[in-house]
Amino acid sequence: MTEPTTLPNEPDTGVVSPAAAPVQPRPVLAAAALASREFVRFIRQPNRVVGAVGQPVLFWLFFGAGFHKSLQIPGSGQQDYLEYYFPGTLVLILLFTAIFTTISVIEDRREGFLQSVLVSPIPRWAMVLGKLAGATAIAVAQGGLFLLLALTIGVTPPWWAWLSLVGFLVLTSLALTGLGFVLAWRMDSVQGFHAVMSLFLLPLWLLSGALFPNPAGWLAAITTVNPVTYAVAGVRRLLYADSTVALPADLPSLPWCVAVTAAFALVTFAASCKVAGTRTTGDLL
Amino acid sequence: MPAIEVANVSYRYPQRQALANVDLTVNEGEIFAFLGPNGGGKTTLFRLLATLVPLQEGSIRIFGSDVRTQADHVRRRIGVVFQAPSLDKKLTVAENLKYQGWLYGLSGQTLRQRSQQMLQNLGVADRAGDRVETLSGGLRRRVELAKACLHGPRLLLMDEPSTGLDPAARIDLWQYLRQLRDRQGVTIVLTTHLLEEAEKADRLAIMAAGKVVALDSPDNLRAEVGGDAITVAAADVVALAAEIEAKFGLRGSVLGETLRLHEASGHEWIPRLVEAFPNEIRSITVGKPTLEDVFIARTGHRFGDDVSLPS
Repeated sequence: MTEPTTLPNEPDTGVVSPAAAPVQPRPVLAAAALASREFVRFIRQPNRVVGAVGQPVLFWLFFGAGFHKSLQIPGSGQQDYLEYYFPGTLVLILLFTAIFTTISVIEDRREGFLQSVLVSPIPRWAMVLGKLAGATAIAVAQGGLFLLLALTIGVTPPWWAWLSLVGFLVLTSLALTGLGFVLAWRMDSVQGFHAVMSLFLLPLWLLSGALFPNPAGWLAAITTVNPVTYAVAGVRRLLYADSTVALPADLPSLPWCVAVTAAFALVTFAASCKVAGTRTTGDLL
Repeated sequence: MPAIEVANVSYRYPQRQALANVDLTVNEGEIFAFLGPNGGGKTTLFRLLATLVPLQEGSIRIFGSDVRTQADHVRRRIGVVFQAPSLDKKLTVAENLKYQGWLYGLSGQTLRQRSQQMLQNLGVADRAGDRVETLSGGLRRRVELAKACLHGPRLLLMDEPSTGLDPAARIDLWQYLRQLRDRQGVTIVLTTHLLEEAEKADRLAIMAAGKVVALDSPDNLRAEVGGDAITVAAADVVALAAEIEAKFGLRGSVLGETLRLHEASGHEWIPRLVEAFPNEIRSITVGKPTLEDVFIARTGHRFGDDVSLPS
């Protein structure tokens, strides 16, 4: 395709007359723009899909199969490890996706896309909402795919639990993407985020009852205050909503899990709006 | 109402002072350039005007709205083209414009019509369905411009718009900017470190070391320097300058290995100087003063020199 060397001589330079009233921004439409962009970008980079789903699924298969005979989760009745480890893997997929997607804030800043958003007349909360909604859509899409694997291990929740599970995944993803956003916003390199991931985010997941049920001592204290615990527990509750399978006795109740996760999502959303609303020279890293 | 009023603006980075007591006014419908070397403060001023960084000291009004308290008003009326590309390379040209429209509250038929019109005006309509990453630098720049103008801004701010453009593309750009100004009265403000680009502006502010050192039309600025510019190169230029001053009473400025003199009837001075110092002078040229001469006259530095404020 050849490039035109001169501009065509149009009678007018545009249909837009600047003398007309200035545009009226619509925050929800603006958020939709950012969310939709996030999703389109994701679909066009298949390696991200593989990265976010592939690793947890492999872990699930390997750990599950490896510990199958050697580990019996106390108080988990007839569950084998593959089954026990399933909700944790689901949350890990959400966590990975949340992280990979919010890391893109760093890229957006470096590649320049973010600056055009920052000078547009949209409130910062709309920008945050767009980013988190896009990331959440991606996470739920991936988590939802993995969720179907539950059928292969004989877990068959009733229809209403499937629907509730999707809703609960949305809530959990919002909370985790919000957390990722707060951490990524001020960072100037993806490398910096890796440290946060291995020292903070992964331990958060490890101590959530995903790998082993509520331990004793100081680990128990961490597990209790760790909000991710309630995400994993909520998924577990819903997966076995109608089942006779005995769940660990100290597993938090479903309403409590939903309440904690909702609060977690609200707090991280508010924190994201706060960090993104503070204008500094750091916006230009 | 002026498009931009900057009053007493100073800006400090942790390491250095970027702007010091800058005052200036840009009229509506003007093409106005900030010319200066790197570190002169023009990009900082651009960022303040674009509401990208918060104002530290002084005040800036854009169409009467204060950037500090009415950033929202300002943002609806400005279109910004950054030096670094702001297009999403993974999206198509049309998608980039669509999302930009959504950010500004445009949607549906209006948005489609505007995008199409913008792309046609900039000669990139046939690439609407292509991903930005497949476009050449020049075409990306056009899409960037379409993106910035999509919502019909009254003020277009551009940071080093010619960066990465070949000469033909630069001519196109300026043709478009003039159309935009002439037909729609859009005020255009741009930063540049290219003297020949600043020449094309209606008025320009020359910035050095965080200050506005000159502000006028290119013609007036050159006329102020007056006469002809004589450039003399010599091995020991300092000694030569002293001798020329002693012999002819001409005072010039020494810049690196050259001496710059501004005199009426420069052509008459050439033979006299060459005859007086046949061995010292390595080369000598005469020309009309350029914006570079204006810069030298105002700052005592050559344009390429990195001049920054002491911290």
